[in-house]
Amino acid sequence: MLRQIEGSRAVAETVACCRPEVVCAYPISPQTHIIEAVGAMVKSGALSPCEFINVESEFAAMSVSIGASAAGARAYTATASQGLLFMMEAVYNASGLGLPIVMTLANRTIGGPINIWNDHSDAMSVRDTGWIQLFAETNQEAVDLHVQAFVIAERLSLPVMVCMDGFILTHAIEGIDVPEQDAVDAFLPPFEPRQVLDPDDPVSIGAMVGPEAFEEVRYLAYVRQLEALDLIPAVAADFARGFGRSSGGLVRSYRTEDADTVVVALGSVLGTIKDAVDARRDAGERVGVVGITTFRPFPVQAVANALAGAQRVVVVEKAFSVGFGGVLSTDVALATQRSESSLYTVVAGLGGRPITRRHLETMLAAAGEDQLEVLTFLDLDTGVVEREQARMAAATTRPGPTAEFVLRDLALRQNGEVEP
Amino acid sequence: MTTQPVRFFQVGSFAVGNRLLPSGDRTVQSDADRTNSLDAGHRACQGCGEALGARYAIDAAMRATAGRLLVVNATGCLEVFSTPYPQTSWRIAWLHSLFGNAPAVATGMAAAMKVKGKTDVRVVGQAGDGGTVDIGFGCLSGMFERNDDVLFICYDNEAYMNTGVQRSGATPPAARTATTEAVGSQPGNVFGQGKDLPRLAMAHDIPYVATATVADLHDLEGKVERAMQIRGARYLHILVPCPLGWGSASSDTIRVARLAQETGLFPVFEAEGGQVTAVSPIRHRTPVEEYLSLQGRYAHLFGEHPSLDVIARIQAIADHNIARYGLDPGEHDDAGPEGGRP
Amino acid sequence: MEPPFAITLDVGSSRANHTGSWRVERPVYVDRQPPCSDACLAGERVQQWLYQAEPGDYEAAWRQLVEDNPFPAVMGRICYHPCETACNRAQLDEAVGINAVERFLGDLAIDRGWELPPAGSDTGKRVLVIGGGPAGLSCAYRLRRLGHHVRLVDSAVALGGMMRFGIPAYRLPRDVLDAEIERIIALGIDVGLEHTVEDIESERAEGAFDAVFVAVGAQLARRLDIPSGDSARVLDAISLLHRVADGDPPQLGLRVAVYGGGDTAIDAARTARRLGATDAVVVYRRNRGHMPAHGDELDEALAEGVTVRWLSVVDRVDPGRLVVEKVRLDDEGFPVPTGETEELAADSLVLALGQDTDLTLLERAPDVAVDDGYVQVEATMMTGEAGVFAGGDSVPSQRTATMAIGHGGRAALGIDAFLAGRDATDPPLAAPATFDRLNTWYFAEAPRTRRPELERARRVSTFDEVVGGLTEENALFEARRCLSCGNCFECDNCFGVCPDNAVIKLGPGERYRFDYDFCKGCGICVAECPCGAIDMVPEEI
Repeated sequence: MLRQIEGSRAVAETVACCRPEVVCAYPISPQTHIIEAVGAMVKSGALSPCEFINVESEFAAMSVSIGASAAGARAYTATASQGLLFMMEAVYNASGLGLPIVMTLANRTIGGPINIWNDHSDAMSVRDTGWIQLFAETNQEAVDLHVQAFVIAERLSLPVMVCMDGFILTHAIEGIDVPEQDAVDAFLPPFEPRQVLDPDDPVSIGAMVGPEAFEEVRYLAYVRQLEALDLIPAVAADFARGFGRSSGGLVRSYRTEDADTVVVALGSVLGTIKDAVDARRDAGERVGVVGITTFRPFPVQAVANALAGAQRVVVVEKAFSVGFGGVLSTDVALATQRSESSLYTVVAGLGGRPITRRHLETMLAAAGEDQLEVLTFLDLDTGVVEREQARMAAATTRPGPTAEFVLRDLALRQNGEVEP
Repeated sequence: MTTQPVRFFQVGSFAVGNRLLPSGDRTVQSDADRTNSLDAGHRACQGCGEALGARYAIDAAMRATAGRLLVVNATGCLEVFSTPYPQTSWRIAWLHSLFGNAPAVATGMAAAMKVKGKTDVRVVGQAGDGGTVDIGFGCLSGMFERNDDVLFICYDNEAYMNTGVQRSGATPPAARTATTEAVGSQPGNVFGQGKDLPRLAMAHDIPYVATATVADLHDLEGKVERAMQIRGARYLHILVPCPLGWGSASSDTIRVARLAQETGLFPVFEAEGGQVTAVSPIRHRTPVEEYLSLQGRYAHLFGEHPSLDVIARIQAIADHNIARYGLDPGEHDDAGPEGGRP
Repeated sequence: MEPPFAITLDVGSSRANHTGSWRVERPVYVDRQPPCSDACLAGERVQQWLYQAEPGDYEAAWRQLVEDNPFPAVMGRICYHPCETACNRAQLDEAVGINAVERFLGDLAIDRGWELPPAGSDTGKRVLVIGGGPAGLSCAYRLRRLGHHVRLVDSAVALGGMMRFGIPAYRLPRDVLDAEIERIIALGIDVGLEHTVEDIESERAEGAFDAVFVAVGAQLARRLDIPSGDSARVLDAISLLHRVADGDPPQLGLRVAVYGGGDTAIDAARTARRLGATDAVVVYRRNRGHMPAHGDELDEALAEGVTVRWLSVVDRVDPGRLVVEKVRLDDEGFPVPTGETEELAADSLVLALGQDTDLTLLERAPDVAVDDGYVQVEATMMTGEAGVFAGGDSVPSQRTATMAIGHGGRAALGIDAFLAGRDATDPPLAAPATFDRLNTWYFAEAPRTRRPELERARRVSTFDEVVGGLTEENALFEARRCLSCGNCFECDNCFGVCPDNAVIKLGPGERYRFDYDFCKGCGICVAECPCGAIDMVPEEI
């Protein structure tokens, strides 16, 4: 039933329909609304049986999830940003032990400087952990991906992270078709763990593995991820049949049929990009979009196929590897065997900076004329940057945190004390 | 003529077994069919106190729960020596996750059992002192304050032994470790630092806190059993000498643990609801030298020019413990041959 | 689904890893000779029967005891218990009251009518035992059990020897003695009373005995030539005690002096008190530290009002008085006269200066060597004449009933070997279980249980038994104080303290076995064995 509802609330209600048995909560924006709503449902009895545990840290949140999952309970938690990093060791451990935990990552950048707003730095920092990472374009998809995530996780015995843009999705109130309990029950069977701690059939889980077998363990994890590339589209197809709408899968193309320029992106920015593409199409340019839903495992073949006809590819990403450049674009380049001359990386929206249609259209225009830098920072205030660079170059200035200088500079400019 | 009840069984209650006791009153460890939770073939050093303590405690927990037990283990010696692929020494449902998260993993297991209605299945978390008082303390404190239904056991060997004997928050003053070297004007670990975890646990007002050593099996098993009778967060702190890290003879493991108790340096007590309810009085009060001199980690205190001042400071710690917990044997005239556990 | 590769393992799989290869020393179980058994003159395996008594299986304990000594009730009263002197527990708190437990078992056996183990199947061999005291009875008992025919002769009207005629009834009630003797005789022993053997050779030949055991005791009181006036009342302690035992006590008067410092002197003084003496004074030439009488006996005597005049010798006896000379001890502890005399009022003087053996019967046995009044024997108790053995007070040794019982037992084994044409070789004794090998921490504090004593005022006037027995509870308590020195008592310590589960428990009575596949040789089991029954030995590499 379509309702006007906050994204977080919709995700919470959907997660509840998935009948998680243990849910851990630790507050960090912007995922708090999700976990608060789940907590309320447990407290009211609407979600039962379920243990809702207020833990003392994200590290504990993932660790409690590990324990619950290993003991055979369906476990769910949510986090973001610093919280994800704080639980990092356990994130690796959950996948290493093959525990089908589902976690919402309400994407947010990582400090310092501290910043609570959206980008994909957190998700990118865990791309090598062995988790399956799914990115939601819309709140509807975020909701749907959670239902699919439990199926995928439990079939593969691997943890799944559903990434949804913080604030942009989590705090947006819009029309969302929240799945009904019956439909979810029909789609998601009860949890049958691949391995479980059971006093009646004891095993030791979590052995120390040395050089003689570690590589094989890791290789088998890789193979499992490849299996996911087959399973994820199948689950998406099942979902479409069961729920009457298309969500999930590996990649989704938009107006790429004859496109010379194809933009690649993750998450909610795809909506803005599509608007920009529509506008450029109206202006006669042959542009299209490929949205990547499954970031890990990276769907190399699907991406290659989707981009096969494009002369140039522009990867718009909300994160980058400081000291190198794009993260997603590196994967796309490898998948498509592209050289720098036909692949551009556009870093955008860092720390919550709005990505506007105007910026995107300007960027697309430049791309169409191959005027784009190989690595572009969208909407970068070059004045601020140059002044700070100049200050750092001057030997007389004292060293100090760049962030402070930039903020002071911006304040001065706001007060009209310096030229923009 | 007055008669006295025959309650004395040749070796009292101190040896592991007693053929004279009804079988139901005997220790778990005396049972030929004990679980042997931690089985032979493990790679612990000769005379490992932790291997011993773990089998004592987990076997007792297995008896107390009729085998309905899940155990989570922090990273550390116990984990490394027990489960190197392809062999495990555990005969129980056991999981190792990370160094610092065992209490939280245990919480998750307990939650799983609760939500599934398997409340007969109980959860034990275990770690060394590093995994308990240092890196695992955040998770432990959280588990305590939520009063999750977990018994957490710290096998305290007073340093990071697995990594090569580095100082932990449980390393005692003057002890030499790889990071509190026996050099300089104040060799060994400094005075005035360290974490008293049993008291910290008590400060959480959890239902049950106790200390024990591998030198008093009856006491240890009794405490595990008591702990398993209680729901909620429980903490058991077991002193387990480490021949390697302490520089003691492998055959002296139990002797050293016994002396830790008999000197007063390691008070053995139990507390319920944050209040001390029982102590194990010292049987034969012993000067700390006797304990210290058996251990290479204190060797710098002895020799040709013994550090009498340092030894006196350690003795003062022992005396303080004895006064604080009332461990003096004279205060327990009715202790009797059972060893004084009220 | 299969569990994940390498991360998840099947339980107990580490048993494939044989950590025993780390070992450079290995523990081995040993049995050592406990000091009690080592000290027991009667050859009792004390620790073993205490072990049987500990669970309350008194009959098994008694059966273990009578393997070596058929007189537990008697021994439990009159033995001076060197076992307790040797007991390691004395170094911890107090010695185990072995003697009291022995008496408890002995009395219980009489009360319950337990029978000794039956005689062995007939060997066709005939043995003559001369003397029905503790040595002779002990030997006869052991020989019967070995299947030999035994003829036991004694010149007295009843069996028991010094147990009957030397030891007062307040120390050894006659019903107890009779019960234990009857039980031995019931095994089928041919007894001849009031039968004095004049000549051993003819007696042996006439009876066609294959072997003889001479256990005639030391019945002749030593006399000392003390100047005495007419009608001075002087008699010897042996006669006194014998006549009391016969029910014909002599008149001693109100003031009795006893001259001597042995147990017989104390017995005589205490007997005098019971016969009505208001003053019973023991005159002894040395001090308490040199007194041969046992401390317990002296203490009981002093408690009954007996007094001792130390460092004194009797110079002269006159009716109603003695002249006593003070002596001092030289550097070697020998008394030296001082010439200083005093008078002591005494109606009679009892001489308790030791006894000698009447060896007339050996006069025509030239191969039997006699030296200084003692028959010379080998370790098997055989004399110089093949098939003739001797023991008890007639051979050079401590003169106690316990020693005599030991002699009897050893002689029986020697005779048995002789009759079979074997060498009687004792198995080598195990190494001693010394106190330093014990881990005494495991033994709970447990003070010794005292046997009740007759109320002092009452005991001086009667011959009732002075020292009472233990109740069952106290006997059990006392038995359980045994430290089981040097012998596994299945306390499970090794089984429990092994960090490598390398001790296998074999079940009740079966003890343990080391699993050398896994034993790393740490030595904790050795250090924590309460009784020192594990040794560490180097591994042969």
